[in-house]
Amino acid sequence: MIEARNISKKFKQQTAVDAISFTVNESENFVLLGTSGCGKTTTLKMINRLIEPTDGEIFINQKNIRDENAETLRRSIGYALQNTGLFPHYTVAENIAVVPKLFKWSKEKIRSRVEELMSKLHLSKEYYNTYPNELSGGQQQRVGLARALAADAAILLMDEPFGALDPITRTHVRNDFKNLEEFKKKTIVLVTHDVQEAFDLADRICLMDKGKIIQVGTPATLLFKPANEFVQQFFNEQRLQLEYKSVTLKMIWNFLNDGVDDKSLLKEITSGKNIWQVLENFSLNDEAMLVRNNGVTKKINYASLMKAFNDYKRAN
Amino acid sequence: MEEQQSLLEFMLQQRGKLLDQTIAHIGLTFTSLLIAVVIGLPLGIFIARRKKAATVVLNIAGILQTIPSIALLGFMIPLLGIGPLPAITALFLYALLPIIRNTYTGINEVDANVLEAAAAMGFSKWQILTKVELPLAFPVILAGIRTATVINVGVATLAAYIAAGGLGEFIFGGISLNNTNMILAGAIPAALLAILFDFLLSRVQKINLKKIRVAVALMPFIILLLSSFYAIPSFEKNKLLAGFTPEFMGREDGYLGLKSVYKLNIRNVVISDAVMYKAAYEKKLDIISGYSTAGRLKAFDLVTLYDDKKIFPPYYAAPLIRNDVLQKYPEVKDVLNMLSGKINDSIMTELNYKVDYLKQSPETVAKDFLTKNNLYRQPRNGNKGTIRFGSKIFGEQYILINMYSMLIEGYTDLKVDTKTGLGGTKICFDAMTNDQIDMYPEYTGTGLLAILNASAKTLDHLKQNEDSVYNYVSDQFKKKYKLTWLKPIGYNNAYALMMRRQQSNELNVHSITDLTNYVNENQK
Ligand SMILES: Nc1ncnc2c1ncn2[C@@H]1O[C@H](COP(=O)(O)OP(=O)(O)OP(=O)(O)O)[C@@H](O)[C@H]1O
Ligand SMILES: [Mg+2]
Repeated sequence: MIEARNISKKFKQQTAVDAISFTVNESENFVLLGTSGCGKTTTLKMINRLIEPTDGEIFINQKNIRDENAETLRRSIGYALQNTGLFPHYTVAENIAVVPKLFKWSKEKIRSRVEELMSKLHLSKEYYNTYPNELSGGQQQRVGLARALAADAAILLMDEPFGALDPITRTHVRNDFKNLEEFKKKTIVLVTHDVQEAFDLADRICLMDKGKIIQVGTPATLLFKPANEFVQQFFNEQRLQLEYKSVTLKMIWNFLNDGVDDKSLLKEITSGKNIWQVLENFSLNDEAMLVRNNGVTKKINYASLMKAFNDYKRAN
Repeated sequence: MEEQQSLLEFMLQQRGKLLDQTIAHIGLTFTSLLIAVVIGLPLGIFIARRKKAATVVLNIAGILQTIPSIALLGFMIPLLGIGPLPAITALFLYALLPIIRNTYTGINEVDANVLEAAAAMGFSKWQILTKVELPLAFPVILAGIRTATVINVGVATLAAYIAAGGLGEFIFGGISLNNTNMILAGAIPAALLAILFDFLLSRVQKINLKKIRVAVALMPFIILLLSSFYAIPSFEKNKLLAGFTPEFMGREDGYLGLKSVYKLNIRNVVISDAVMYKAAYEKKLDIISGYSTAGRLKAFDLVTLYDDKKIFPPYYAAPLIRNDVLQKYPEVKDVLNMLSGKINDSIMTELNYKVDYLKQSPETVAKDFLTKNNLYRQPRNGNKGTIRFGSKIFGEQYILINMYSMLIEGYTDLKVDTKTGLGGTKICFDAMTNDQIDMYPEYTGTGLLAILNASAKTLDHLKQNEDSVYNYVSDQFKKKYKLTWLKPIGYNNAYALMMRRQQSNELNVHSITDLTNYVNENQK
């Protein structure tokens, strides 16, 4: 658990972060979102003391990080950044092994860990001894992720880790990352200014502007219960798509009515799916589907789904 | 082809010396380089972290770099004396800038993202430096070391000027003796060393990323190994030490004659005449090979040792003039002869002292002298014609040429066009034979040895007698070159061994034989 209490960072000319507080829960995916220059990176770097706050304190598992040796602290926190920051004079394997080596793992342990991560991140074995500049941007980013995960730190800090990639590669790498068990297990603080990405990855989003936090909440909260005009405005451009993505079947369960008896022939989906995913299914094939929630099933088709969604919105 | 063969022969014959000089050269280059790396690298790292200090340090190193090497060596003498210490210090100062600057640049050029990642992974500052910054800056730093090496191989030739050895001994000896083989025997190995080290370092620079770490680890050892080539010659306190010019070292009427005729075997170093007198005065050297009328003899209170076995030929100065000029302007002859008999050794020493040490202008000194001797006359500003005078590039010749000009312009209707600073003997003499100048003051001994290349038989025959030498060169020059030696001025600027007056008295050494005896008795 990470807890920031009233942290500020003042540079010479300006206040980059202005007395903000937030808490990131165990194994939560916490996304710092906001326009360029609003202080996301500064906030993130204060968590592993790459930047020392001018004011305020940060606690990790109730321990003030200032009381800990900075290097020890950083070794226990994974870090991935936009331009990968891979060491050009280290091979792929050596790059991934950086932190385990600092921890003085045995050679065999390091080797098996590196191989495991390479296969998890879909990096072919033949790259083991290649240098980063011989890899594509997407591959480099995967190596960067593997390096951040190598020592199996409980906390992972990520600064626009997919930001430098083209949209298609970005989606690929992001999806592969999302499907890792690590993604679910670890406490992750991720910085992005890409709203879609935030909605895709976040349990909770922390929306920032000019060094201050404007609102913290689940994607749906930010959409349907914006704290102010700024939050409302922020999502307007892609509102509909975001709404579809942030609302799950489970959330609109009560608005779905169930009218059919014979359900045996229908395709079944779980209530964890969001509206966007269900719509993607309908666009392939317009047949009605069966939703299962806590052992109970309901039948939906395009029209009933839309109606329930609109009812849900009105109720919020 | 014949030239080349004789060069090879020369190199073979001198291989012992050549090897010594080459080893000393490599040693000088790399000892100074090693120190420059040891100091420049941390300094470069330091200023890469302090931008304010960077400007200051880089500027200072830059200024050091612009000091002409000869001048820098000159500055070193009062501080560090002569020998390897000042030479290495000067070379070190030259090597400093490229190393500091490239370390600074190399480290600054390391990608900020990589550094951030290294810090974020939990590297300590030291680990970041050694595992990330230095390896990534390595190619740039190496380029700096490469530049420094090449500079040092070149500048190290000048170390011969201050008794630190190296290939400069051959180069400068060859220049003074007008011996092309000797120049090449020094210059070619020096050039080859520069090319070789540059090539080797360029190979190291190109090695791939994987081997960089090996290279980083190996570099210090290689440099250390190469520096160890230079066993610093011991400068023991209580033994007499001689410093001879490169020219003196290679001459029969120099060190070779000292060895063969006097059987003098004295510890010696090679040094330039520009710093030799001062080094003797400052007790860095005890015996030097100087010129008997040098002004600095007086300035530094040195005495000449009597050449009792007559190995140094007389060097009487006299105007050397083209025959056709004498025919065209016969009045010139008597005017130029007016100085004859007016200047003896001690007067010339005094005049040189005024120019070399008191820094009076040669013109003033010349005019004062002529006035005092009632020879000076206002210029007539005639326009009968022009006569061209030349001079070599040192004070005594400037004084003479000024006197001659004043005399000619005062006593004849001719105008004088002076071309001073014509380097050494070869340049002046060639200018004469090519009809570019009409007269310059030359020395009988130089005419005999450097121009006529008199054989050992001839030398023996002339017996170093001043008159027979004058007559011989006078004769030969008329026949061979259509040049006339006018009357000798009267002073003898011969080679001489010199020592401090005080030491000469203490040791009771007044002649070269005394010196030989003293060395044999006391320095076994
Ligand atoms: N080292 C620094 N010195 C001075 N000002 C800084 C420094 N680092 C950041 N800032 C300023 O602080 C503000 C916040 O910077 P920060 O990098 O945290 O923004 P960000 O939200 O990550 O922006 P982006 O999305 O563009 O990366 C910016 O205005 C920036 O100019
Ligand atoms: Mg940022």
